[in-house]
Parts: sequence; C-alpha cells; structure tokens
Amino acid sequence: MEQLRIRWFQWAAPQSFYPIAGRWWPFFAALAAGLALVGLYLGFFVAPTDFQQGEGYRIIFVHVPASWMSMVIYLAMAFWAFLGFTFNTRLSGMMTQALAPTGAMFTFLSLWTGALWGKPMWGTWWVWDARLTSELILFFLYMGYIALTSAIDDPRRADRAGGLLALVGAVNVPIIYFSVKWWNTLHQGASVSVTKGSSMAQTMLWAMLLMALAFWAYSIAMALYRVRSIILQRERHARWVQEVVA
Amino acid sequence: MSAFMAVLQRDLRLALRRKSEVLTAVFFFVVVATLFPLAIGPEPETLRKIAPGILWVGAMLASLLSLGRLFAPDYQDGSLEQMALSQAPLPVLVAAKVTAHWLLSGLPLALLSPLLAVQFGLDGPTMGVLLLSLLLGTPLLSCIGAVGAALTLGVRGGEVLLSLLVLPLYIPALVFGSGAVEAQQSGLAYSAHLSILMAMLLMAGFFGPWACAVALRIALE
Amino acid sequence: MLSASHISCVRADYTLFSGVSFDLAPGECLHLEGGNGVGKTSLLRILAGFAPAAQGEVRWQGQLLGSSACRLAQDLLYLGHQLALKEELNALENLQAGAAIAGTPVMREAALAALQQLGLGSRATLPVRVLSQGQKRRVALARLVVQTQPLWLLDEPFVALDGPAQQLVVSLMQAHLARGGMVLFTSHQPVDFAGRSRSYRLGA
Repeated sequence: MEQLRIRWFQWAAPQSFYPIAGRWWPFFAALAAGLALVGLYLGFFVAPTDFQQGEGYRIIFVHVPASWMSMVIYLAMAFWAFLGFTFNTRLSGMMTQALAPTGAMFTFLSLWTGALWGKPMWGTWWVWDARLTSELILFFLYMGYIALTSAIDDPRRADRAGGLLALVGAVNVPIIYFSVKWWNTLHQGASVSVTKGSSMAQTMLWAMLLMALAFWAYSIAMALYRVRSIILQRERHARWVQEVVA
Repeated sequence: MSAFMAVLQRDLRLALRRKSEVLTAVFFFVVVATLFPLAIGPEPETLRKIAPGILWVGAMLASLLSLGRLFAPDYQDGSLEQMALSQAPLPVLVAAKVTAHWLLSGLPLALLSPLLAVQFGLDGPTMGVLLLSLLLGTPLLSCIGAVGAALTLGVRGGEVLLSLLVLPLYIPALVFGSGAVEAQQSGLAYSAHLSILMAMLLMAGFFGPWACAVALRIALE
Repeated sequence: MLSASHISCVRADYTLFSGVSFDLAPGECLHLEGGNGVGKTSLLRILAGFAPAAQGEVRWQGQLLGSSACRLAQDLLYLGHQLALKEELNALENLQAGAAIAGTPVMREAALAALQQLGLGSRATLPVRVLSQGQKRRVALARLVVQTQPLWLLDEPFVALDGPAQQLVVSLMQAHLARGGMVLFTSHQPVDFAGRSRSYRLGA
C-alpha cells in the first residue's frame, strides 16, 4: 500500500507526468478521430429521418454529447481542484487549467448547435429552455474561471483561487440547474427535448453514445497536450526542462 | 467584547464616518428603478408585470456595487493580516464583515423597495412579499458576493471580474426571489419560494464565510 | 521556542533565499538584516504562517506550523509592514478594536495608558489620518504594551521613528525579553541593542 502511495505521488510530479502525457495524448486523439468518424457516419447517414423533425434534428448528435461533455469536464475540473487542495500537488492546478478551455469550447459548441437546431424547429435562434439556459450559465462559470486564472499573475495563487472557484461553482451547478428548471416550468417556457414526440431509434442512441465517447477521448487528448505546455512553462527554470527544450 | 462584535462595530463605525458608500448603493437602486419605466414606457399593466424582475435585478446590481470594497481596504492597510492572525476563527470574522455589509447595503435596499414598488403600481400585499423576499435575498447575495470579493482581492480588473464570477451564482436567488413576488401577483402561494430562499440563505450563511476565509488566506499568501 | 530549518522562498520564478535556519529561544532577540528586496518581509510572513515555505519547515514549540496542534495564533504578535490602522478612527479606537479583533480585548484605561507611554496621550482621540507617519507607527506599536503574546515578529518597527521613540521601542523589547518573551525583527537600519541581540543576515 505504501508502495502504491509512493508511486502515485511520483506520477503527480510534473516532471514524471510530462512524458506520460506525451505518450498517451496521440493515442486518445486517434481514438477520438476514429470514434467521431463512426459516430458521425451513423448519425448523419445511417440513422433514420425523424418522423416529426425531419433532417435538421441530426444536429443533436453534436449538441447532446457536447452538453454532456461540458458538464463532465466541469466536474473533472472540480475533482482536480479537490485533489489539489487535499494533497497540495502542483499538477492538480495545472490539470484544472488545462481542462478549462476545452470545457468552455464544448459549452460554446452546445449553445451554438442548440441555436442551429432551434431555428428550423421553432423559428428562433434562442429559446429560454431550462437546459439551454443552464448551459449558458455554465458558459459564464467557465469564462469566470478562465478570467480569474488569467488575471492572477502568481501561478500558485491562480491555481488555488481558480480551484476554489471551480469547487464553489460545482456545488452551485445543481442548485442553478434546479432553479432554472423551476423558473422554466413556472413560465411555461419552451422545452427543447431530444426525445419528445418520437422514440429514439437504436442507431440514434448508438450514434450519440459514440459521439460522446469521441468527445471524451478528445477532451483527454487536449487536456494532456495542453498540460504539457503548462508544465514546460511553469517549470521552465528546472534543469530537466532546459534539456528537453534544447 | 467578542471578536465578531468588534469587527462588526468597527465596520459600522467606519461606514458612519464615510457615509458616501452607503448612499451609493441606495442611489443606484433608485436610479435603476426610475430608468426602466422611462425606457419601457409608463403603461401600468406592463410596469406591474416587470416590477418584480426589475426591482430584484436592481437590488442585485446595487449590492454588487459595494462588494468591491468589502475586503479591499482591509487588504491594503494590513487589517486583513491581523484578522487572519486572530485567535477567533477567520470565518467568524468574515461573517461579521458580511453582516456589516448587509446592514449597510442590503437592508437599506430591502427597506426602500416598497417605496420604489409604488412607482410600478404594485399593491400592498405584493409590496409586502417583495420586502420579505429582499430581506431574505439580500443577505444571501452578500454571502455569495463575499466569496467572489475574496477571490478577486488585489487582482487586476477585479471589479469587473467580480461581477462575472458572482452573477451566475446569484441566479438561483433571483429566480426564487422574484418568483415569490410574481406568485403573489398572480394570486398563487409564495411560501415555497420564500422557504427555498431561506434554505439557500442558511446554507450560504454557513458555508459562505468558510469558503471566503479559504479565499482570503489564498490572497494573503 | 521558534525554530526554522532550511527555509527557502520562491517568488514568481526565482529563488529569493534558501537554506535559512535558526532557533529563537525565550529571552532571545534576533535582528534580521539584509538589503532591500532580499526577502526579509517574505521570511517574516512565512514565520507568521501566512505563506508556506517552498522548502523547509518552521516549528513553534516543537509543533509544525500549519498543523492543528500548533498554537502560533495564540502566541504571536505580528506587526507587519502596513500598520493596520483605520484612518477615520482615532488612536484609542484603533488600539481597542485591533486588540478585540485579535481575541484579546483591552480595557479603555489600559489602552489610554499604553498610548500615553508612547507619547500619544494628548492625541489619543484624534483621527489617525491627521497624525504624522511616526505618530501612526507609535499607535501601531502601542499594541506591544497591551498585548501579552510571547513571540513578537516585527517588520521594520523603527521606520519613521525619531531617536527617543526608537529608544522607547528598544526598551519595550528589552522588557519583553526579560519577561521570557522572544523578538524577531527586521530592519535595514542599524539598531543599538546594547549587544543583547543576535544578527542574521539574509542574502549574500
């Protein structure tokens, strides 16, 4: 058990993690590309035309997995932040910062694909649906994290302040979601539902699942790739970095 | 005198000698409440409908204005360091500061709201619910805002950043606070909204100062 | 007993200082010397527990700083670079509020007596903003009289003080040492301590 603990802490050192990340990110990138190809093929060519929504519904194969990933990544950020506070490792803060841009990107993608879906269906670019509104608020939370960590010069303080913000945000996300749902039902807002009015064909589910896995693999690849740059930048005065860069 | 009371007394005393800060928030609230009818038109039916939202958002923004000064002066003159070294737990001292902030900005806003509600043509019972919702909501806003203020202490562009950080977290309070008033307007029960607001206040009141203290120690490093 | 071993401090990218080690026993005084920017204030803040050291450890009464068993908060009096004074309050209010917030309230009479001892008796009820720099520092230093913590960490306590005021502060420190207290202070000015203090030079 002690052996395992020591090994874990060894991996947690930026110097050790750098080559590990370097080995694994191409694998995840390839996996992401492969899964995305299959998923998109299934979604755009194989899945049947929806009875009510025609062809335009196919955007959900990007929209729904993007929404899922935006939530998952935020939870991952909160998880790393929690590790950072508990074990006081430098790598935790770096991983949280590495995940943020990808999470923000997926939230942004989810909002845009939501709008693209809504236009042919409901005639407007934006609908105050509970889920979309929550996505918008999640986008603000991501932007807040990125803005805060960019504004603080000292890397350690940026990591810790950002980590606390991520944790506070993660605790609040269920509360925010619940209150937005309440607000939506109160005002009888539109509901942009994926399954409403039609049963999901098997292929549709498979396509969404594959796309979700593809996005997940992509996120891991991007986070690992990005954390390598962050490690190099933070540790640039260490001798091992000089040797790598030379 | 306990440390909590000492902090509270000091902050209140300082505010009394520096009156401008208290008045800023109140005046902003009045301006916002006056500008909307001017922008939208004085039609009574419309005004009555938008009043809960306008007044709640106005109170939120006014409360946000004064948050930037919650910890910054103490940080700059070294008082925050002394508070961090106190034998009293830092969350307790933070709770005192947040209480002072509410007494100086949130409470006046809440008490002023019925007066502004007159401009929007709200009836008596609705004004009562508005007052109640703001009495519960403004301390909640102070607690949440304090965490944001602590995180952005001494950071470049801190004030704007504070708004960005804190507004998403304010949304649940806004939804239930203005929802209570709207419920009363529609003749529905508002107690559920207020109970949820109260529950959120209790949670924020308990966990907020603790998170704030962590953020302050990070800023003091 | 305060003990520091192999403390190092990293600011932004470069190492401010490293390998700092010393012990401070009851009755001892340590004068932290060094030019501007070598990290005297940073070291003091590490010792006070604000920031963790990049390397090394600090122990108070044998307990590691930051651990739950460490009682540094009860035993420390820290006077930092900034004076922690509120300009709109007067000297008496500042002193009493500061003591109460620290968890060790003082009576009005005791506070007035302390201010008297530092030569501010007649100015005790003036708002601090009308006082001179030296007078403001004396208000901050009045805490040395009223508070009873054993360990004093003082950052540049003699700045802006004239000769007699400096002597007064030195005598306060000597009295504290005689009671078994400990003093660690930074100053880039030379201070005549009648040979009773050790020096530790920071930086090359």
